[in-house]
Amino acid sequence: MSSTTYTPVAVAQVRTSVNVTARSAADGASRSGVWVAIFAITMSFAAFTSALFVREGGSVDWTHLVLPPILYANTMVLLLGSVTLWMASRTVNAHALLDSHAVKTVMGWLMATLVLGLLFIGGQYEAWLQLAAQGLFLATNPNSSFFYVFTGMHILHLLGGIAALVYVIGQVFGSHTTFRRAAFHNTAIYWHFMGVLWLYLLFVLRTKL
Amino acid sequence: MQEASPAQVHVHTPPTSFLRKHVFSLDHKVIGLQYYGLALAAVTLGMVLSWLMRFHLVWPTVAVPGLSLISKVGAPGGIITPEYYLSLLTMHGTLMVFFVLTNAPFAAFGNYFLPIQIGAEDMAFPRFNMMSFWTTLAAFLVLITAFFIPDGPPISGWTAYAPLSAIGSDAGPGLGWGQTLWAISIALFCAGSLLGALNFISTTLDLRAKGMTFMRMPICTWAWFITSCIALLAFAVLLPACLLLILDRTAGTSFFIPSGLVVSDRLQPHAGGSPLLWQHLFWFFGHPEVYIAILPSMGIVSHVLMASMRKPLLSAKVIIYSMLSIGFLSWMVWGHHMFVSGMNPFSSLVFSFPTLTITIPATIMTLIWLGSLYGANIRMTAASLFALGFISMFVSGGVSGFFLAQPSIDIYLHATYFVVGHFHMVMGVASIFGVFAGTYFWFGKMTGRMLNETLGKVHFWITFIGTYCIFMPFHYLGLVGNIRRYSTFVDDFMGPLMPLHKFITIAALITGAGQLIFLFNLFHSRFWGKPAAQNPWEGTSLEWSIPSPPPWNNFGDVHPVVYHDSYQYGVKGSKGDYVMQDSPEQAVGG
Amino acid sequence: MGKFFAVILVIIAIASAYPIIAHKYVQPEDISTHGHAIDEQLSDTMAESGFAFLGAQFVLAFFVWKFTARKDGTKVSHLPGGAKVMVVAAFILVGTEVLALGVFGQKAWASVYFTAPKPDDLQVQVQAGQFAFYFRYPGPDGKFGPLHPDKIDEGNSNFFGLDPANDVEARDDVVAAELAVPVNREVHLMMHAKDVGHSFYVRELRLQQDFVPGLDLSLHFTATKPGKYEILCTQLCGLGHYNMKAYLDVMTQEDFEKWMKDKISEQ
Repeated sequence: MSSTTYTPVAVAQVRTSVNVTARSAADGASRSGVWVAIFAITMSFAAFTSALFVREGGSVDWTHLVLPPILYANTMVLLLGSVTLWMASRTVNAHALLDSHAVKTVMGWLMATLVLGLLFIGGQYEAWLQLAAQGLFLATNPNSSFFYVFTGMHILHLLGGIAALVYVIGQVFGSHTTFRRAAFHNTAIYWHFMGVLWLYLLFVLRTKL
Repeated sequence: MQEASPAQVHVHTPPTSFLRKHVFSLDHKVIGLQYYGLALAAVTLGMVLSWLMRFHLVWPTVAVPGLSLISKVGAPGGIITPEYYLSLLTMHGTLMVFFVLTNAPFAAFGNYFLPIQIGAEDMAFPRFNMMSFWTTLAAFLVLITAFFIPDGPPISGWTAYAPLSAIGSDAGPGLGWGQTLWAISIALFCAGSLLGALNFISTTLDLRAKGMTFMRMPICTWAWFITSCIALLAFAVLLPACLLLILDRTAGTSFFIPSGLVVSDRLQPHAGGSPLLWQHLFWFFGHPEVYIAILPSMGIVSHVLMASMRKPLLSAKVIIYSMLSIGFLSWMVWGHHMFVSGMNPFSSLVFSFPTLTITIPATIMTLIWLGSLYGANIRMTAASLFALGFISMFVSGGVSGFFLAQPSIDIYLHATYFVVGHFHMVMGVASIFGVFAGTYFWFGKMTGRMLNETLGKVHFWITFIGTYCIFMPFHYLGLVGNIRRYSTFVDDFMGPLMPLHKFITIAALITGAGQLIFLFNLFHSRFWGKPAAQNPWEGTSLEWSIPSPPPWNNFGDVHPVVYHDSYQYGVKGSKGDYVMQDSPEQAVGG
Repeated sequence: MGKFFAVILVIIAIASAYPIIAHKYVQPEDISTHGHAIDEQLSDTMAESGFAFLGAQFVLAFFVWKFTARKDGTKVSHLPGGAKVMVVAAFILVGTEVLALGVFGQKAWASVYFTAPKPDDLQVQVQAGQFAFYFRYPGPDGKFGPLHPDKIDEGNSNFFGLDPANDVEARDDVVAAELAVPVNREVHLMMHAKDVGHSFYVRELRLQQDFVPGLDLSLHFTATKPGKYEILCTQLCGLGHYNMKAYLDVMTQEDFEKWMKDKISEQ
């Protein structure tokens, strides 16, 4: 077995200094981070869903639950939030550099998204109140338990989206120079995922509860 | 209008205040050391608990001085009650599995060395990284609190099977607040680990230095990467399970509690829940957790072995593919923990096959390690001793897996000491040997001072012989049918086994005391050890291309460029029989 | 240090294997009709695992002995055939073992779980609760009375929650604290958990099955040798777990009939 022989060569330009590649790597990492987070959240809700299936399968106390109608209105609100955020993305994408006019437009769409998101959370809370008014609490029966757990966990994750949105708004608002496209786009990905996740949860709640 | 310029985005200045430097640090190296310190605290406590258990098993009526100060109820006059024994085993298991075997090989070393080995300045999300440590620390403190509440720690084992763990204090002391604290602690731990895993994955995917392709990454980087993928999925399942458990305990829901249970003469106000649901969720996490504990050690051992053998492994690729397939298969085997738990008997056979199959990649790895030793020129350091000890332990613990993977044999051996011996050897001791190997290998890099080699070797021999003396007899006990989680063996059946139990206890006390050598070595060498050179073991990976300890931003203001994989040992380079990854030397001939 | 390592490792390997080879620690005598299949499976696996264990430790010791701090310079060499040989070896060695164990293992498992209980077997209900087992026989009418968890009253020895006042079937049910069974007759054990998870383990019967609250499982077995055997709870069930045991009393048919008669007259 002959061993490979190495010879030293002139060391030229073997080290690059901090440059733009560092930034794109960091941006890439944050994009991966969002997708990885989405993956983990999906897994968590898959676990919740399988818990629901197992719980339903072996039980004698599974009942039926009429979903509060406000849920459908909430769904529309959340989806509308995705649309306004998409409008903001369009504006950002259309401008290589954000001028003050573009900033105003983006701000408008972002604020609309934030308001719609908060409205959704308020609406979900109203749905809880309506259920509670029917005498259905967290521990009343398995169906109500799963309803509160699913909606509650979704809101908890959505709060993360709200925080990210506030952060991005702060970036756009504070000074134009602090705007980071990557942060903006990653927030958008997460926000849209929250919408998709809610549609899935609504489907499960509607068909199983 | 200008958007943020790159320089403004990543303004990194060295931290100046003490708090920022050593406490609330964003530096992955400090966080890695913090994890190591936490694991050290947890393993010390966990080991003392195991001493108390072993002591109680063979001298149930002898007082342990001072123990009554910790628990008046559990150890009146220092004599451990059989009930307190259950608390001890629950806390021992929880501490060891979560706060030692997950933290030390994965979170501690991974945090410290993963960014360096791929040539990154830090983790992708330093703030998440800091949060992940502090969440884990909070989890630890919450768990420890259970020792000091009136009811004492939980008694349902580290697996916390429902409904025992879900009913509340009716089921017994420790199952009130103690169990709630346990569930909160594990939920926090999950959250912390998820943040950590997210960081590891993003960092590996995107922050690799120029030239650092996936196949050029050192094996331990691969191991941490695969582990973080497993951890991401595993903890994402355990977290919901813990939340549902907490709701059952505190909000009166019935996810895991069926109807008609009469506990302490009280008909429980629950209905319809499924105890098996908890077991499925728990083991869906629980089995991959075994690989979360062992894979990083496999990576560390491979890494250490190459530097000791002065030659590459027969095939690093095969090791990496084996680890990937173990990671993949680990999702299909959780049911083998439930062969006798009332699952459909057909499922047992279904789970048995992937369980037996998983021994194929494990065997391939073992054979690769063994085969690589052929023709080597081993430098026998404390680190290499522990790496070789790992192989021996992994084999010993691995072969007993053959028995337990078969449902029919499991009928007899389930819940006996055979199982305890199996997982202690393969998951506990083997994994800890990886941690020891890593510690002796990297301590100089991490602190700037070398550990004492002679003390290290003494530590190895005590630990190696000692752990065999402790855990091999566990298998014999299991074969006879000695069941686990029983605190007092008073009947005729156990009488003849008592000499063996005494032997184990004495071995445990001696081996445990031997760890004081290690602690002394850590402490003494930290301050008075021999100063560490930049590359004391003549390694090839990037951590050896920077000073010991590395500066706060790892590589100074330059970014390393990588030209080779990390297996260039046994070659002719300008420095000796190895070529560093960032050396631009070109191979001629070959 | 390499030679020292090798010697110690060989000593450890031999010392570890000796008690097994010398049959120092073996399972207690089997008293069931299905147990021999499990025992055979166990000893086959022991032979194969023991071979793998000793082989791997000896090879490790030999290589460390031979290849530590060699005097013949630093030149390293590689195993002929390289990784490919190892991968193929692993697949052949373990693959066949996996198949063999998996296939033969099925037989033993099937003999416990996939055979239907015989119609003329002895039906016994076992209830596990913190921290005792109770056994119930249907009595002369051959029928079990229904359970009422709210009627459980340990102070009055109503362990199962029977209601003889209203349930005719429950009136002649025989409740005992030990499991008495006739030898060589199949017993159909219906398992019921009163509170938390427990387990039913009899070493000599090669039988272990968890009690799952809310899920009544059943087991069947035939004991072949009279005697008293320990029944242990192997599922951690709370404070008194270590004290939770009962006895399996295997009797001749005549003794069993006499025992049953005494029990009925006691009721």
